[in-house]
Amino acid sequence: MQFSRKIRLRPAEIEQEGLYGHCLQFYGQPPIQNISLAQFEQLAVDRLKLLKTVESLGVTFVKMSEQYQNKLRAEMAGLNFPVRADAPLQGSTEYEKRQKDHISHFILRLAYCQTEELRRWFIQQEMDLFRYRFTQLLSKQKSEFLHRNSLQYHTIEDADKKALMDKLVHSSYGSSGCSVEQQDFYKVPFQDALDLVRSRKVFLKAGYAYIPHQDIVTIVLNDFRTRLSKALALTARSLPAVQSDERLQPLLTHLSHAYVGQDYSIQKSVGKVSLEQIDSLSVRSFPPCMRHLHEALRENHHLRHGGRMQYGLFLKGVGLTLDQALQFWRSEFIRGKVDHDKFDKAYSYSIRHMFGKEGKRTDYTPYSCVKVILSNAPSQGDHHGCPFRHSDPELLKQRLQAYKVSPSGITQVLELVMGMHFQLACQKYFELTHNVEDAGFSLNHPNQYFVESQRLLTGGRELKREAEAPQRGQGPPAVKAASALPEHPSTSTEVAEDLDSFFQED
Amino acid sequence: MPTTDYDPGSLPDLLPLYYKRLFPFSQYFRWLNYGGVTKNYFQNREFSFTLKDDIYVRYQSFSNQSEMEKEIQKMNPYKIDIGAVYSHRPNQHNTIKSGVFQALEKELVFDIDMTDYDDVRRCCRHPPPPPNKMAVSLSFPVRLALPSEDFGFRHLMWVFSGRRGVHCWVCDEAARKLSAAGRSAVAEYLSLIRGGEDTVKKVQLSDPVHPFIKESLKVIEQRFEKYALVEQDILGSKESTDKVLALVPDDILYSSSFYGDKEIMLQYCYPRLDVNVSKGVNHLLKSPFSVHPKTGRISVPIDLKAIDKFDPFDVPTISLICEELDRPKTAEEKGEATAIQTENNGEQHYKRTSLAKYVKLFDQFVEEMEQCRKGELLRKSDLQKDF
Repeated sequence: MQFSRKIRLRPAEIEQEGLYGHCLQFYGQPPIQNISLAQFEQLAVDRLKLLKTVESLGVTFVKMSEQYQNKLRAEMAGLNFPVRADAPLQGSTEYEKRQKDHISHFILRLAYCQTEELRRWFIQQEMDLFRYRFTQLLSKQKSEFLHRNSLQYHTIEDADKKALMDKLVHSSYGSSGCSVEQQDFYKVPFQDALDLVRSRKVFLKAGYAYIPHQDIVTIVLNDFRTRLSKALALTARSLPAVQSDERLQPLLTHLSHAYVGQDYSIQKSVGKVSLEQIDSLSVRSFPPCMRHLHEALRENHHLRHGGRMQYGLFLKGVGLTLDQALQFWRSEFIRGKVDHDKFDKAYSYSIRHMFGKEGKRTDYTPYSCVKVILSNAPSQGDHHGCPFRHSDPELLKQRLQAYKVSPSGITQVLELVMGMHFQLACQKYFELTHNVEDAGFSLNHPNQYFVESQRLLTGGRELKREAEAPQRGQGPPAVKAASALPEHPSTSTEVAEDLDSFFQED
Repeated sequence: MPTTDYDPGSLPDLLPLYYKRLFPFSQYFRWLNYGGVTKNYFQNREFSFTLKDDIYVRYQSFSNQSEMEKEIQKMNPYKIDIGAVYSHRPNQHNTIKSGVFQALEKELVFDIDMTDYDDVRRCCRHPPPPPNKMAVSLSFPVRLALPSEDFGFRHLMWVFSGRRGVHCWVCDEAARKLSAAGRSAVAEYLSLIRGGEDTVKKVQLSDPVHPFIKESLKVIEQRFEKYALVEQDILGSKESTDKVLALVPDDILYSSSFYGDKEIMLQYCYPRLDVNVSKGVNHLLKSPFSVHPKTGRISVPIDLKAIDKFDPFDVPTISLICEELDRPKTAEEKGEATAIQTENNGEQHYKRTSLAKYVKLFDQFVEEMEQCRKGELLRKSDLQKDF
């Protein structure tokens, strides 16, 4: 199958004219035309490739940096998605591109509405894509977009602006006095500007956020997210009807399963690890985050909630049974300030909860690197998180020294940390401590680290380059080396790829 | 400083007395009912109890004040937590299809924990800190522009948590309706101190310095000298001097040494919030007027205006107020009681104890909210021309 084949869709009904009048849309109305199954499939696959690119670019480059934008633009052009904001609608291929954008988005909604994880992933990539496209718009096109979509954000009077001038300058990133004077400021309820509030990048007064025109994208994104989230919930309800269509069901399943890779929730090695081994395993085969948690647990005979979750789930992924886990935590906590009864009351419930034996009976999956790095940052008294991300460089260096990493090795690791390549830094640590040139895998999960380490130490495999496989796990793939480009669909090697191999499961 | 020695073992005897005669049920109900404007707001509120022997029960809910009083007096909880207002009555949640029973609203809450200042307040570990030290540090959270100015919140209740911290309950309607994402954004906005055990330098400032941070610095600067250097004697030991020095930016490594002194001040004096407490709509937080089982102190509202004089060791314990109840009435009190001729004796008993002024504070807070609500309703009905 050739992906470069153009799709000729029938000219849209008159109503659709209004929909494609602007190159960007909120995807409020579903498409109503008929398309063939082959078209259905190809549209979906193209958009999926695009979203995967968005994801991988987002980890490799700083979002919205020049390189990021260039590569994304190239990808969109290559897949025949609308790129130029000012492209004329009539007499060009622009119409088809906008239609493709429209339809492919709705098809993927069907595939990604089913679980919380899928929804979250889909929303995240669509948002990043939307952000890129919105920022490409000229100022007047942005205003047009706001107008078309009835977003009621009001500008403030000049007199008010003058009064708040100093505060506005100091709260908006990259605003100077004159740029504040020149551009409009919108007064928006703070609930509509949460991202800006969260990072304190906006001036707040009496519950309103004062947003410069240049930043209005964040507000729009918020709106986008809310709408998409609601829409996905609705889509999920009508899914049974869609899934009963035998033609669509296999494709939709394939699409969403491309992302349910290794999550280490099904442990092949359950019960093969004994508690006595844990201390030595922590030194040899645990990634630094878990080794540190283990050490903190042994030293303090206690871990706070964040640490218990991160480490407890990891141990589950390593292969501990529920009974072993209970014994492990109990024996350690009892050495501290907790007596048997208190342990049974306060802690054993949550351990059983982790194993899916209580409450909602969800079998929680061990945290991936992305989850450890991005969510639940540690605060005073915590030992969880990713050391490469959350520790001071100085303390990280000391710890690496204590773990007997060579000075040159430490330098290499720290360099990667400076460049914000946390997973690569951990991978480098793996290579240094296991004495191999190349880890041979792309690290994105602590349990993966453990499995690979054990494999290496028990002489199970030869070193080989990572096979070209679709991205694993729920999080973004780590890049193999700091200087290499990620392998993503726009390189020629993958264009000729077979549809089947595209969907191969691990 | 009156403290009858408190013994946790006496709780089973003291609690019944406390809940029968001292707990301010009337004001408590008026608070949580929020004027009865929203249907079933009180009935759908979750409470949780910690009972004797660490038994914990969730999803308690009550139809009205009387039912709540009876239940609490029957169960004599060691600790009461307040949760969210749900879509249905929490005590019936098992009968509702999963996914349908949802937390809808709750006050926006902040938890400022004193022991998080360990690296700062080297003198204050276990047992609880000596007086004055805590008093001065507590003045920071309530003095700063915390939720009011920036977010437009007006109804804030500050409650002593019983041992080592302060809770802030933001009761405005907008706050109660805030989503989880909204709560988390507000908490992050207010958090200037980031980092766990492994982060020494927990505050990073860079241009431009946000107006909120500037305001906070202004307040802190006014007090820094008095608090940190003189009272805490931060530079008094080598260990703590080293810690201060570790914060001083190295000119070679950090180019923004311009803000070094401000960063130090913030790290030492700005309140540390536990953002996890604020994030969840369904998060359960210790109720005002709940007892702290270990210290015996009542979680009382704190008067913002008199915060400088606040001394946690002055907060009455349950044993103290129960003892005060048993004292023979003075002639004055006897006169008052007959003059008032109240049928419900429970209403007035707290007035004879050290709890009185705190209940009064609580009363004022609830009263103020009620006035605002009336004003709002009047305004709305005027607009609609309802006569």
